[in-house]
Amino acid sequence: LSRIGDELYLEPTESGLSLCTVNSSRSAFASFLFAPLFFQLYEPGGPGPEQELQRCKVHMKSFLGVFRSLPSLEKTVWRCLILLKPQAGRLVLQLHCKYGVTKTHNLTFQECERLQAVFDTQRCASSITGPAQVLAEAVVHFPQTLAEVTLEAGSGSRIGLRNYVEEGAEPSKTMVTELWLAKDEFQAVAVAPGSRITFCLKEFRGLLTFAEASNLPLTIHYDAPGSPVIFTLEDTVLEVHLVLATLSDPESNPQLPPTNGASHLTIQLDDFADDLESYMIAMETSAYEGGSGAPPSPTFPLRTPDPTKSDPEEEEEEEEGAVPGTPPHKKFRSLFFGSVLTPGVPSLAPTQEVLAEDSDGEY
Amino acid sequence: MPFSAQPPGSGERYVLAASLDNARHLSSLLRAVHFRDHATCFATANGLRVTVEDAKCIQANAFIQAEIFQEFTVQEESVILRINLSVLLDCLTIFGTSSSPGAPTALRMCYRGYGYPLMLFLEEGGVVTVCKINTQEPDELLDFDFCSTNVVNKIILQSEGLREAFAELDMTSEVLQITMSPDKPYFRLSTFGNAGSTHLDYPRDSDLIEAFHCNQTQTNRYKLSLLKPSTKALALSCKVSIRTDARGFLSLQYMIRNEDGQICFVEYYCCPDEDVAEGEL
Repeated sequence: LSRIGDELYLEPTESGLSLCTVNSSRSAFASFLFAPLFFQLYEPGGPGPEQELQRCKVHMKSFLGVFRSLPSLEKTVWRCLILLKPQAGRLVLQLHCKYGVTKTHNLTFQECERLQAVFDTQRCASSITGPAQVLAEAVVHFPQTLAEVTLEAGSGSRIGLRNYVEEGAEPSKTMVTELWLAKDEFQAVAVAPGSRITFCLKEFRGLLTFAEASNLPLTIHYDAPGSPVIFTLEDTVLEVHLVLATLSDPESNPQLPPTNGASHLTIQLDDFADDLESYMIAMETSAYEGGSGAPPSPTFPLRTPDPTKSDPEEEEEEEEGAVPGTPPHKKFRSLFFGSVLTPGVPSLAPTQEVLAEDSDGEY
Repeated sequence: MPFSAQPPGSGERYVLAASLDNARHLSSLLRAVHFRDHATCFATANGLRVTVEDAKCIQANAFIQAEIFQEFTVQEESVILRINLSVLLDCLTIFGTSSSPGAPTALRMCYRGYGYPLMLFLEEGGVVTVCKINTQEPDELLDFDFCSTNVVNKIILQSEGLREAFAELDMTSEVLQITMSPDKPYFRLSTFGNAGSTHLDYPRDSDLIEAFHCNQTQTNRYKLSLLKPSTKALALSCKVSIRTDARGFLSLQYMIRNEDGQICFVEYYCCPDEDVAEGEL
């Protein structure tokens, strides 16, 4: 999670403890949901009958500081207690260690809105399931500095990975690395032939590291270019989702009516950062909500969050998220509001027509 | 190879002459107190004491008793000199710091007295290095006036339990707060950093605690940046004794066993941070 954003959102729900994060440009969202069974004791609400389920966000670095030295933690810590004390304004992490030693960390936290990415794996045309090692070994061939990678479904259901080359680059001066994985390297391949998506490698690598360590099979759900790609890991007590925006296809017709809004990502929080592998906690980021009034977005159907509820600050943040040079900025649509992140673009109220986006000349 | 007891080629008396088969017995201890460049060395018939101070509120002493040396002769009642500890350590480790059990560096140390440099002869595998380090006028040293009769609280711990804790202390905190009490939380180390506060609690019946003599609940704060160097001594030691007196002065005594199984001591004294009133538990 720390590879993605600078802040960690913790949300206890009835179905488990959710830890999630989003990056600054709102183009990557990850969540880990730990089912109650994962814990020895899980009490989401307070002792009172009508207690509201509290959620909070903390700085990723502060939280990571508690779990600084993993090897020694494994040897010395027996139990970890996590308590949210809203009155004291503290998130308490208490480690019970060898020799009766207790280490108590009282972290400051901020109250926050619910961080929720809306996506629907059911609506994705293609999916690939396989051991994370296969993909991890594949991405090793790409340079660490590579920003985006293209995943492609080839003939015979082969899966290809290629580094994404920007349009302006000179073909004679660019090195292209391409590799193909046979269908039988994976457990399941159900892809639309010829389908292709391009996404950010950095955040994906973070998930791969965790996936390899956890030994869980990784599933990739994707649809058309521009629609988010969803990576999931699942077992009985853990559900992990990584949602990345994908590069939209320049040839796509911007006039296409949006499909029924099946997903909206209302990220109300700022960046997430840091190590997926240090968080064994999964957060659930499923928000499979039925569409109603989806904002017109040609390549990525978004559902408008209710304008009365949306935080007016979010629209400003959208502009701030348009940091030049970050891959999602170029042509990625914001996962969350369907508007392209470019500086100077007036932040669109989600209910606006797509036409406003066309005038950006992004296509 | 041991050196001859006679100083090489001279009939002059040395006020201090010492020989040590393995210079590491000295260098590792000196490193445990090396947080400033200069140190004051005291030599008496009992052995050598090296003192380093900082900010007029912290003092560290390394004791190497005469028995550790193969030869230790002091001609006067006591010999005092001030020396650059960084340079001394560089010389003692001139053949490298990696430990190779087959070839220890042998040391001979000679000092003619006030105004003369400290001479070091180091030998490893037949190669001899001669070092002359200028000495300086010794400074007035702090006297913490810490005596056992004034001790209010005392805990003796196995160092293993504290090592990680000290290494992982939140350095964004200005102070380290130490609470010692006959009641809960018994022994607590606290920091107050940017992320929030952290408390490390040791119960009195923990296996790590060898002796627990707390008479009064005391909470004192000490500047973390000053105490942090004591982590080196802690890393070398097998046991540590933590004592506070009525004024809140802290004494940390580390028992260090060297490669030959001999015991040496390093102690740190620290006075409480006066900027802050007694901290909350």
